Amino acid sequence: MRRRLHVNLRAGLALVGTLLALLSIAFIVPIVTALLYGEDLWVFVVSMAATAGFGLLLRQLDPDPTPGAREAFFVVAFTWLFASIFGALPYILAGTGAISHPTNALFESMSGFTTTGATVMETISVEEHSHAIMLWRQLTQWLGGMGIIVLAVAILSQLAVGGAQLMEAETPGPGVSKLTPHIAETARVLWLAYIGFTLLYIALLYGLHLTGYAPEMDAYNAIAHGFTTLPTGGFSPEADSMAAFSPAVQWLVIPFMFIAGVNFVLWWHMLAGDRRALINDTEFRFYLGVVTGMTLLLTAVLAVTASDVGPDPGLESSLRHAAFQIVSLTNSTGYASVDFDAWSGPAQALLLFVMFLGGSTGSTGGGIKMLRWLVILKSLRREVFTSIHPEAVRPVRMNGKVLDEEAIRGIYAFTLLYVAIFLVGIVLLAVDTARVGYDIGTIDLVSASIATLGNIGPGFGVVGPMAGYGDFPETSKLLMILYMWIGRLELFPVLVLLTRAYWRS
Amino acid sequence: MRVIVVGAGEVGRSIAANLESSHDVVVVDRDAETVEELTYGLDVLAIQGDGTKLETLRQAGLDDAGLVIACTDDDESNVVICGAAKANGDTFTIARVRRRTLLETWTGSEGAFGVDFMVCTDLLTAQTIFRISGLPAAQDVNMFAGGLVRMAEFEIGPNSPVAGSTVREADQYDSLTFAAIFRGEEMIVATGETSIQAGDRIVVIGSPESVTGFADDIVCTHDTDADEVVIVGASEIGFQTAREFEEHGFNPRLIEQDHDRARECAEALPNTMVMENDATDAEFLAREHVDEADIVVAALDGDEKNLLVSLLARRLGVDRTVAVIENLEYAELFETVGIDVAINPREETAEEIVRFTRTDHTEKIAMLEHDRAEVIEIEAGQNSVLTGREIADATADLPDGVVIGAISRGGRLVTPRGTTVVQPGDHVVVFVDSAVLDEVSQVI
Repeated sequence: MRRRLHVNLRAGLALVGTLLALLSIAFIVPIVTALLYGEDLWVFVVSMAATAGFGLLLRQLDPDPTPGAREAFFVVAFTWLFASIFGALPYILAGTGAISHPTNALFESMSGFTTTGATVMETISVEEHSHAIMLWRQLTQWLGGMGIIVLAVAILSQLAVGGAQLMEAETPGPGVSKLTPHIAETARVLWLAYIGFTLLYIALLYGLHLTGYAPEMDAYNAIAHGFTTLPTGGFSPEADSMAAFSPAVQWLVIPFMFIAGVNFVLWWHMLAGDRRALINDTEFRFYLGVVTGMTLLLTAVLAVTASDVGPDPGLESSLRHAAFQIVSLTNSTGYASVDFDAWSGPAQALLLFVMFLGGSTGSTGGGIKMLRWLVILKSLRREVFTSIHPEAVRPVRMNGKVLDEEAIRGIYAFTLLYVAIFLVGIVLLAVDTARVGYDIGTIDLVSASIATLGNIGPGFGVVGPMAGYGDFPETSKLLMILYMWIGRLELFPVLVLLTRAYWRS
Repeated sequence: MRVIVVGAGEVGRSIAANLESSHDVVVVDRDAETVEELTYGLDVLAIQGDGTKLETLRQAGLDDAGLVIACTDDDESNVVICGAAKANGDTFTIARVRRRTLLETWTGSEGAFGVDFMVCTDLLTAQTIFRISGLPAAQDVNMFAGGLVRMAEFEIGPNSPVAGSTVREADQYDSLTFAAIFRGEEMIVATGETSIQAGDRIVVIGSPESVTGFADDIVCTHDTDADEVVIVGASEIGFQTAREFEEHGFNPRLIEQDHDRARECAEALPNTMVMENDATDAEFLAREHVDEADIVVAALDGDEKNLLVSLLARRLGVDRTVAVIENLEYAELFETVGIDVAINPREETAEEIVRFTRTDHTEKIAMLEHDRAEVIEIEAGQNSVLTGREIADATADLPDGVVIGAISRGGRLVTPRGTTVVQPGDHVVVFVDSAVLDEVSQVI
């Protein structure tokens, strides 16, 4: 006897179709690029048609989909999966290099949308691949940064009711704060802030180029990097990532990477006239404090251990590279201003540590997130206190507001699960690489697991900032695709789909 | 002036008793027996009826009433009574409420609910508790002239250096006036020759520094500032007291037995350490070093429990115990068995309301020894018996039982001596025996 599904699959899929059709519009950007550079544009036209066609087809399943709370997980998880699958089409159709292999293409695409920045490309250059392909790779990160769903909620009026639940499942961090009575307006505000910062950033990068401070940062590069900094992406059309650019560019990138790791809701409050919104926020202060502290620590370690800080060693260099790498790896961007894989053990240990921190909630950064660590620290401090005073009743506060005990438990559960998945990842990658006899170091495996789960991108050794994930066996790549996927959606939206209870009861 | 008092609970009754001789008081209550009792017990007109009914208010003479005081036990009713009275007559309205949120809403929106003055019982009590505890060994403390003048009542212990000396010997402070001494049931207006005995309760009026200094030096005290505060019972009063201490920079401890209430308070009071336990658990109190507390406030629901907690705290060695006592009759009894201060929320409320019914120039009033005497603040007008004369001459015209405690002139404190001349516009803080209060308040 066939039992009934308790998930409205038709409505869910129809909505996924709508979102895919919307996403297909994004292919216009590489098409225009291809036209400008006189490159093959049919790759993108076909991809666009396929995405839109499939999307519209799915949409036929239910002309008026009204997904409930339960479908939200399904819709979000599958939108991201399908976006990555269709986003991989241009790589396959272009047929150049390692990424034309379907698994590699999916890896690159998933790494793009989830703003991971891990690559399987062998030669990263616009000469090998076209300008259009490289820009599409950058664009996937920009779309994934603030979120496909958030974008859809901002644009599609039909998501006015269920939108909050969808956004909740997609947005990093616990809970969505509605800024305005209409969720669509909230989504629009977030995207406008995101677009605003991106435009400002591109203008400043190009400004540096025009004033002669950044000879390499031409218009193409400025736009390409503009697409991957604010979403904490990390892809670069340059093989040497940010090491290819002048110190002036690197200094400019640091604050914008930092901004990308800040809760975008705070920018909205700032713009709305609350000038102290940022500094009054506990999570922001914690984020700023951690980044500053770790930067100073790393600067000292770099100096003491005489690590390679580029062609012009000195305090400025040490500080710049320390700040760059700390900001980049803390909030999961994954840019590198220098090959930090060549740094000393102690310096690398500090970098590995910050990889577990993550950006702020409501930012585009991945990872465990500052807020969760803050709550964990606060509640641990409470545990210590109540072991001295067993009768004391001490609620945990954040920004002056009391946190629900249930929410704290949820944060513990999330963090523990996250760490468990990370550890299991090491084991699975170890077994799989051993199976094929791929020679890989311990720290390489450890960093590969956290760099994909945390949407960071580069790690150490074979997955270092100037290397890539290309040599892993196919099974490992599939596992890492899964890790990027569940990491971006913060575990639960994907994991619940794997439970029987979700479908049956 | 016709005054309508709605609700003849302890507050209403206390107000009525206070105003019966100087005003035409009409008391409205729903309970027939209470009305009957009031008719014979006080010189007021008592009417049985529902105060929220317009008809009842009209019957009580709303049309020519100058003041309506709503002090039933129900907050909403009180607000409705004031609103109705305001809409139907030209009258001043006073509402008594328990919930602080109502007070805050009213304060935040001028003239809301048609209430001209609102008294929040629990907040008032909490403020009183805080005021008292700030000063070592003070039994009752009140501020006048915007904080420039302080009045305090102290009990003189057997070891006190002033026990056995005269007032003249004890008075070594520039700006301090010894107003009166309560000895058992007796009230003595202080003169230079009055001798001070152990067990006396002495009333002083003066600058805050001199009152504090007097408390520190003369009255047997130990450590000066009370910063270890323990509040037992998160009743509304307990909660408000904790909040009051918090707002003044203290980190009080609040002990509450009920799990949910403890959590609720802990959430609302970030600087208070809330503990969930039975406050009569001696082992717990010892473990948390409650014996080292400077002050323990018993604010549980139930006078007996508060007595028990206070006595327990006393036994542990707590310096000072304050108990919230709902039953007026108990207050005196409790103080005799060793509780330092018994605070009655209703008395505090009545006190606050009565000060509004005084003639216009009375700005502040404090009742002493359960209304044996009062300390009032007045602004000296042209026609006052005090104005333009030396104090020695002026007091000669006043009945016995009046002491000029302090004068505030243009925001500065003037210590009254026999030759001081009161000028129009001065704020004068006067100690008055309740027996001559009406007579005095008409001439000054």
